[in-house]
Amino acid sequence: MLGLWVFVFTVETFSNQSVPLCSHSVSVKEQHALNPGPSQNPVALQPPGPGYMAHQTPYNPMQAKGPMPPGPGLYNSGPYQPVPPVSSNQALPGQPMLKRPPMGPQHSMTPPQSASPNPGSRIPPAHATPPPVSANNYQHAPAWQYGGTPPMGAPPPMAMPPLRPAGNHMTSSPSLATPQASSAEYRATPPVFHNAMQPLCPPTSLQGYTQQGHMPTPGNGAQVPNSFDHLEMGPKMAGPLPPQQPSPPTRHMGLSYPSLPPGYQNTSAPPNAATMQHPVQPSTQPYSHPQPYQQPSAGPAQLSPSLSGLSLQSQTPEALRVVNLLQERNLLPLGPVTPPTPCLPQDLQKINCHPEVFRSTLTSIPQTQSLLNKAKLPLGLLLHPFKDLSQLPVVTSSTIVRCRSCRTYINPFVTFLDQRRWKCNLCYRVNDVPEEFMYNPVSRSYGEPHKRPEVQNATLEFIAPSEYMLRPPQPAVYLIVLDVSHNAVETGYLDVVCQSLLENINALPGDSRTKIGFITFDSTIHFYNLQEGLSQPQMLIVSDIEDIFLPTPDSLLVNLNECKELVQDLLRSLPQMFGKTMETQCALGPALQAAFKLLSATGGRVSVFQTQLPSLGVGALKSREDPNQRASAKDIQHLSPATDFYKKLALDCSGQQVAVDLFLLSSQYCDLASLGCISRYSAGSVYYYPSYHQQHNPAGVECFQKDLKRYLTRKIGFEAVMRIRCSKGLSIHTFHGNFFVRSTDLLSLPNVNPDAGFAVQMSIEENLVDMQSVSFQAALLYTSSKGERRIRVHTMCLPVVNSLSDIFAGADVQAITCLLASMAVDRSVTASLSDARDAMTNASIDSLTSFRTSVLTIQQPGLLAPACLRLFPLYILALLKQKAFRTGTSTRLDDRVYAMCQLKYQPLAYVMLMIHPALYRVDDLTDEGALNVSERTIPQPRVQQLSVEKLSRDGAFLMDAGSVIYLWIGRNCNPNFLTQVLGLPNYAAVPLNMNMLPELDTAESQRTRAFVGWLREQRPFFPILHVIRDESPLKASFLQNMIEDRTESALSYYEFLLHIQQQVSK
Amino acid sequence: MEAAVFILSLVDCCALIFLAVYFVITLSDLECDYINARACCSKLNRWVVPELVGQALATVLMLVSLHWFVFLLNLPVASWNMYRVWKVPMGNMGVFDPTEIHNRGQLKSHMKESMIKLGFHLLCFFIYLYSMILALIND
Repeated sequence: MLGLWVFVFTVETFSNQSVPLCSHSVSVKEQHALNPGPSQNPVALQPPGPGYMAHQTPYNPMQAKGPMPPGPGLYNSGPYQPVPPVSSNQALPGQPMLKRPPMGPQHSMTPPQSASPNPGSRIPPAHATPPPVSANNYQHAPAWQYGGTPPMGAPPPMAMPPLRPAGNHMTSSPSLATPQASSAEYRATPPVFHNAMQPLCPPTSLQGYTQQGHMPTPGNGAQVPNSFDHLEMGPKMAGPLPPQQPSPPTRHMGLSYPSLPPGYQNTSAPPNAATMQHPVQPSTQPYSHPQPYQQPSAGPAQLSPSLSGLSLQSQTPEALRVVNLLQERNLLPLGPVTPPTPCLPQDLQKINCHPEVFRSTLTSIPQTQSLLNKAKLPLGLLLHPFKDLSQLPVVTSSTIVRCRSCRTYINPFVTFLDQRRWKCNLCYRVNDVPEEFMYNPVSRSYGEPHKRPEVQNATLEFIAPSEYMLRPPQPAVYLIVLDVSHNAVETGYLDVVCQSLLENINALPGDSRTKIGFITFDSTIHFYNLQEGLSQPQMLIVSDIEDIFLPTPDSLLVNLNECKELVQDLLRSLPQMFGKTMETQCALGPALQAAFKLLSATGGRVSVFQTQLPSLGVGALKSREDPNQRASAKDIQHLSPATDFYKKLALDCSGQQVAVDLFLLSSQYCDLASLGCISRYSAGSVYYYPSYHQQHNPAGVECFQKDLKRYLTRKIGFEAVMRIRCSKGLSIHTFHGNFFVRSTDLLSLPNVNPDAGFAVQMSIEENLVDMQSVSFQAALLYTSSKGERRIRVHTMCLPVVNSLSDIFAGADVQAITCLLASMAVDRSVTASLSDARDAMTNASIDSLTSFRTSVLTIQQPGLLAPACLRLFPLYILALLKQKAFRTGTSTRLDDRVYAMCQLKYQPLAYVMLMIHPALYRVDDLTDEGALNVSERTIPQPRVQQLSVEKLSRDGAFLMDAGSVIYLWIGRNCNPNFLTQVLGLPNYAAVPLNMNMLPELDTAESQRTRAFVGWLREQRPFFPILHVIRDESPLKASFLQNMIEDRTESALSYYEFLLHIQQQVSK
Repeated sequence: MEAAVFILSLVDCCALIFLAVYFVITLSDLECDYINARACCSKLNRWVVPELVGQALATVLMLVSLHWFVFLLNLPVASWNMYRVWKVPMGNMGVFDPTEIHNRGQLKSHMKESMIKLGFHLLCFFIYLYSMILALIND
């Protein structure tokens, strides 16, 4: 089996394949030595633990999928072919890759240490720790090392211990491994580990599983002995970290915050853990009661009863622990908020799709629509399907096995009825296993279809055969469309664009067929003939903008490799060419039409740089914003497009596989609501740099440069379509994101990029009565920049439940917030902003009312929320104060529309920071609990509440708001911080527009810079750092992010809670 | 005279029935994935105004011939047709917008609307038929 990975996996970013090879084979031996075989595995033979079974009938469909023992031999023949280490990840050297996304759940995907969740009986602890074991015995694990591994520059060979991902939380894991190895050892674990483990417990009412998630214990309910000969609880599962993995104790809870009053320490010190605590009696006053925190240390005591099948009536899972929001002040977890873990059998959960890629608002799917309606929570999925993964299993196979009726790709959650037939988990049709699939190349044995990688990975990529092509795969084609009117030249952006292109021209994703072209426009359209053989680029001007045509259709798009000289010439001379222009008009519409004509034969990517309102030709727009009405208007007008020109053109582009990315650099109103349509429906992206100016706004320039670099060099998929399938009975009714929905479940994506997120809302059409679980599959078919047709398939499996309390226990507050935000954007465009605001408030009121009336048995005073939703009102308030939805504060229409675009288009992790920024105190950074990422030490200060009361004059605070980072310096800030970090003698010397931290050779400076750098690495865009003090103009925007505070036009958090409470108890 | 009015309405009603059936068929084609949203919407948008005119014609005919009951029956449908054309947002491509038809259950509500209209037109058809025969007999 292990050998297989060597061939099947394409380790995308590394250069040396031989290293992993040998380490893989080494570990194969290890595995064999360690695992005598399933039959001897005492755990596997254990009768199913009642914990799970007591509540649910046996998990039939899934059992088949038990982890398998490693195959006996190395794989070296058969249909799998070594896949060249191409593409999936175009992390270019030097290109900062997505490290672990900020709010990202966890390390779960970060592998090696994860070996730990395995019961000691399977893998001796000694073996559990070394990364290599897990790295290869389970491909999954390495597959998830987000970017950490290739620390810019030459990436180290993958399978080596450095595998221990650069990701963050890993530092401490090794220590965790041991304690986890057996429950006995667990008992002995010092309290520190308990803290670390608390986040593990998935919020669920099925405690058997809850516990198993992180505590390897015998009695795994999923395992039904003898259901099939070939199903065993194999050791191979050792590798992957199931998402339940604890977030390693990066901080010492309670230790670093001695200033907290004792009463708070109990409740708030381990907020991270607080979310997911061990079960607590439902109505034992949970707050200011030390009990919950003692219980974990009584771990084993807790464990055994839950395994013996304690039912809901007697105990409540942590996610349902009742929190009185009015009393419990500090609800924020110490670190990132972790998504709940679906209460699936452990073996299934281990291979389930990673929550960063595929996430559901409810990790337990209600059985009926009426139950869902009762819960008043939105049901939907959030996807980040093309996320940069540093490793991804890639399968080359001449036949791709799919269900014959619903066309679902075979996945880990299908059932093998016998060796010859499998049952689709989406439509339940029984399909034949094709002859080819019977052969297991791993073991070179026949008749083990369930061991194929397709059935072992919830995320994988196929190299598609020719049936998946309507035409030969298109080459990478890039067209740059530049605004060169007077206003544009004035901002000086041309220099930056040309410079960036020159620097990255060799890093543009593509192969020898890559084509490039340029168009510039003011009141006329200028084309550039770059045909090979010309001594210099030739400019062709078309002034008939009413009826645009291509002057020399053949030579405007040229092969980048053959004509690189000319292209470079052009890029060098472009900024000067228009230096003296007096043309103020701008004909964007005709330029876009020209771009469409130029690319319609091949498809490709158009990058449009625009600096003002288009004023000529089709698509001309008029200013619709009245700046005086920004703050006072009761309702915001003009959120919808003014013309359908851009939408129509975008749909034409979409039909021809052309995507348009819009860069808007402007100081005045540009009507992003109308212009944005061009990108929105052609699956492009929108970048907006308000008040861009080369001299006046250097921070904006830096941000633009960095974003442009990422944009030019990131991976890209062409002529893509994505289909989202879900189990029979569920249906998708609304889509959010940038694309065109071509038919009920098919999204047309002319381009797909790794920074795009998608969301869908679902409804339950037929009751899911007889189902234990439902599955969702997103299949993204695209042409890589190397001209390969590939299919990336993600499958997620979630349990079906029939009680409201289970639904609440599985609620994922971040996903719900993001989905609500997308829905609210739609609502504000179709109805009105105030409608959208009301709808969001009502969403929180309704769900808490439903919790109060249907789940709580004992009524208490106060505003009660389940622990898993305790942040819900806070997030809703944050949304109400977000740029997109706020009222009463002066917000430029374009800023607002851009914020709305981002809410719909960004993946969850980045949206959460936009909604609820993270505030850290940074003047006292220590290495305590720090992370070690590629030789750097990253301090991990705790997240503070967003309230001015948390700011102190003698400190310095860093606010990470996603696309911008503020460093607020208190008036009496520690002089040590000023001199050591900022290099300034005193507070008064802090400049008003400081955007850089000087590189000083002091420990404090290094820590701060490491921390800021680490925050920046976690996202694909470049947040600008603003150092601000009381006099800074940006102080207002800093304070606007203090969402727990009252402003003239908005409620404080406490007032908001009172409002909700009033409504809830009506 | 009376008979002529109803014969005209009957013809008009037949056209509207055909149109309603066409709407239902096209929408269900979209639902079943036989055509894509763009094609479906451009087909349907073309017929939105003719449908409006046909319905308005029937309404006006009833008004001028002073058949109050049938007029009042037709009035809501005619005003609904106008309202929905009038309320189309500026940035949309008509009553049926390909970018939104799959969102928020719009496809279903369009389908429902077409079915209701079909039923309504059938009802009208029989009313006109009956009235026409009555008018012919009375003559």
